[in-house]
Amino acid sequence: MRQNENIVSLKNISVAFDGETVLDDINLDIRNKEFITLLGPSGCGKTTTLRIIAGFVEPDKGDVLFDDNKINGVPAHKRQVNTIFQRYALFPHLNVYENVAFGLRVKKTPEKELDLKVREMLKLVNLTGLEKRKIDTLSGGQQQRVAIARAIANNPKVLLLDEPLAALDLKLRKDMQTELKKIQQQLGITFIFVTHDQEEALSMSDRVVVMDNGKIQQVGTPKDIYNEPKNAFVADFIGESNILDGVMIDDRLAEFSGKKFECLDSGFEKNEPVDVVVRPEDVDIVPLSKGMLEGVVTSITFLGVHYEIIVDIGGFKWMIQTTDEQFVGDKVGLYIEPDAIHIMKKSEYSGKYGDYSSYSEEIDHLSDVEEDEN
Amino acid sequence: MKFLSKLYIALILVFLYAPILVMFIFSFNSAESVWVFEGFSLDWYKELIYNSTMLTALRHTLLIAILSAIISTVLGTAAAIGILQLRKKITKSLVMSVTNIPMMNADIVTGISLMLLFVFFGKLIGLNESLGFFTVLIAHITFNLPYVILSVMPKLQQTDKHLPEAALDLGCTPLQAFFKAVLPSIMPGVFSGFIMAFTLSLDDFVISYFTCGHYQTLPIVIYNMTKKTVTPDAYALSTIIFVTVFVLLILYNTMQNNSERKVARR
Amino acid sequence: MKNSALGRRIIACPYYVWAAIFIIVPLIMMVYYSITNPVGEFTIDNFLSLGKYSKAFLLSITYAVISTIITFLIAYPLSYAMTKLKISSQRMILMMVIFPMWMNFLIRTYSWISILANTGIINNFLVSLGFEPLKLINTPGAIILGMVYDFLPYMVLPIYTAMSKIDTSLLEASDDLGCNGWQKLKKVIFPLTLPGVVSGITMVFVPSVSTFYISQKLGGNKTMLIGDAIEYLFNIGPDHYNVASTLSLVLMVLILISMAIMNRFTDETDEGVII
Repeated sequence: MRQNENIVSLKNISVAFDGETVLDDINLDIRNKEFITLLGPSGCGKTTTLRIIAGFVEPDKGDVLFDDNKINGVPAHKRQVNTIFQRYALFPHLNVYENVAFGLRVKKTPEKELDLKVREMLKLVNLTGLEKRKIDTLSGGQQQRVAIARAIANNPKVLLLDEPLAALDLKLRKDMQTELKKIQQQLGITFIFVTHDQEEALSMSDRVVVMDNGKIQQVGTPKDIYNEPKNAFVADFIGESNILDGVMIDDRLAEFSGKKFECLDSGFEKNEPVDVVVRPEDVDIVPLSKGMLEGVVTSITFLGVHYEIIVDIGGFKWMIQTTDEQFVGDKVGLYIEPDAIHIMKKSEYSGKYGDYSSYSEEIDHLSDVEEDEN
Repeated sequence: MKFLSKLYIALILVFLYAPILVMFIFSFNSAESVWVFEGFSLDWYKELIYNSTMLTALRHTLLIAILSAIISTVLGTAAAIGILQLRKKITKSLVMSVTNIPMMNADIVTGISLMLLFVFFGKLIGLNESLGFFTVLIAHITFNLPYVILSVMPKLQQTDKHLPEAALDLGCTPLQAFFKAVLPSIMPGVFSGFIMAFTLSLDDFVISYFTCGHYQTLPIVIYNMTKKTVTPDAYALSTIIFVTVFVLLILYNTMQNNSERKVARR
Repeated sequence: MKNSALGRRIIACPYYVWAAIFIIVPLIMMVYYSITNPVGEFTIDNFLSLGKYSKAFLLSITYAVISTIITFLIAYPLSYAMTKLKISSQRMILMMVIFPMWMNFLIRTYSWISILANTGIINNFLVSLGFEPLKLINTPGAIILGMVYDFLPYMVLPIYTAMSKIDTSLLEASDDLGCNGWQKLKKVIFPLTLPGVVSGITMVFVPSVSTFYISQKLGGNKTMLIGDAIEYLFNIGPDHYNVASTLSLVLMVLILISMAIMNRFTDETDEGVII
């Protein structure tokens, strides 16, 4: 085992396109053999980060280290990484077999060895029997598999995946998520995965890097990211949340919505203004008398496993997920356990997310186009 | 590397425009030579105005170009609509192969074969001189048609198949439906087909040469001029044509850009 | 509803009639003339006389092949260089490449006489510098130059179109999989532009092999190409239409065969753009 377990390190990376900052002083260490996900909305710089590692973009400032060696300026074709492109970028003039064999042929691999490797790869991605098929006769999922096989046939130390599942439908996407995870464990190599889908990121990754505005907002395991969001952006982007203005009166005592609450956080200044996050599933609806807060139900949506109800408390609309049916106009009490209250330092994102908030996928798709141009 | 590739592009453009520049310069030569420049004059342009053969030929060329462009556009647009309605793949591809023949064939073969047809049937009905205005016109329409069809067809394929049905549903007669719903949406294709037909017809020499008899178009006159020693009047004429086409192309491009912008605004 | 569909099918009938009379019948006439003599009796003499023209055929093919190759060698790097520029510059250069096509090709060809003649622009220049004048005009080189010049845009257009359509992610993918510049050209760019190359080659070869003006003007009537022979026979009178039509028929078949050979290199022929 190597002493340093970081396979790729980004040191103080900054990039601007046409004067517009895309990445702003990024520092990131990627460990050998981990599945790490760069997560963020369109234009956050996640794809650019990936392309810097691949060698398609040269950073304006900062160093890229691979196995502790600086690889700035090394052209893409000489790097030991391979990429799975957003729309696969399969060669339309070659059949499935030749697409997978492409990198090996470039390296002038002996025919016997090449054939063995290609067949092994096709077996790994369950495409045996389709060797002679033309690319445009394959389904989206099959094309995806060819792209995977083509990339890993070159024995890369790091595989870069640029939103590889975005073009697939929901069912297929779920299947491919499991399969990708399986392949990663089987090969034992590092996967760097880019997505804007938080569920995908949480379910697949060993670690998640949340990005926005060219900056890294938080790095951590999926559990850390969800349970201990560092700022309002992360809390909002990952899952659904009620983000409130509050004050940290003392260690383990916070005040928001005009009431004082016990919590588990400490280490803040006395009376420091903070952001408070409460996840909708962590709020219990109780009879008025037992509630810590009181409010009026303003809307109810039945979602199958639970109801999503909106409760107005002093003008702030809370989102609450509960299995008990309520009715519009009901006065209800809310109960919150101390460990359900997360305190975050104020940041540039504070106050941006009024009422309950959930990251809107629709807005994300609208802005997708812009990032593609980079 | 970047500099080298730019230099290369520049060199090719010099190669492409050198003869045109030569033509342009020597059209203003005061002497008769087309390679020794002796002084600036507009004599050759003045001479053109009094050259009746040239003026007649110009009239002929314009007449043929306009007529053939109009007829081939109407015929070709109708053809494109009908061909797309064909259900059997074999019939469709057969029709398209026949349509492509004038485009793929060498001009000289198209010219000779049409000439043979005209001469043969002229003889049958007892004509002494079967080649003339009508034969040139027919020939031009024939070689224009595939270009019109191929520029209208993609536009037709892009339009919503339910467009005419929607128009019918809203109370149009089939004819109204075509003019009000289908035609406007394929107009860019029809228009570019027309322009293409017009310029192809203006420019055609080989096919006209075999089918025109004594009905001389401009390229034929130029050909006859270049058969003897050329004087700068041929250059003057070409310069005028060149400038005209240039202006037309600029106009066409700005119009297209405008319509593109309109579409973009929508 | 049915009526309108029927109406839309009938609307093409005038064209079908036109195509039958003016596209198909002329080809039949050509065959008819080829197998008859001037008084209309069946004969194969026309084909027997082809031997006289074998040299013209051979020369035509040789010149056409050489000029097609040269045109390709000029156009391919040109298209490649163009795609590396900004989109707006690409459009402008494309316009500039196409533009000479809208100018009368007789004059364009003739202008080369001004440049290449024994006392023409190049030689005047050389003499003024104290060099010996060169023999430029009336040489095979001049004919090939004329062909390359006249038909270059036909090669650039389809190749450029094919090249500009290549998805940049495919080029990145080939970088990613370890291709150096040359391997990228050989393994990705060239195969992807092959349909454009094929249609460019066809569009240059066909007019080159059948031309009759360029050779007369720049070759100085010394070399008779097959187009010259057909034009010559056409001009001496109706009695020679039969042989002229036989030559045209053979020329057409020859072109068809070479197109068929070219198309074997690619499955898709519908990629090329024809203007």
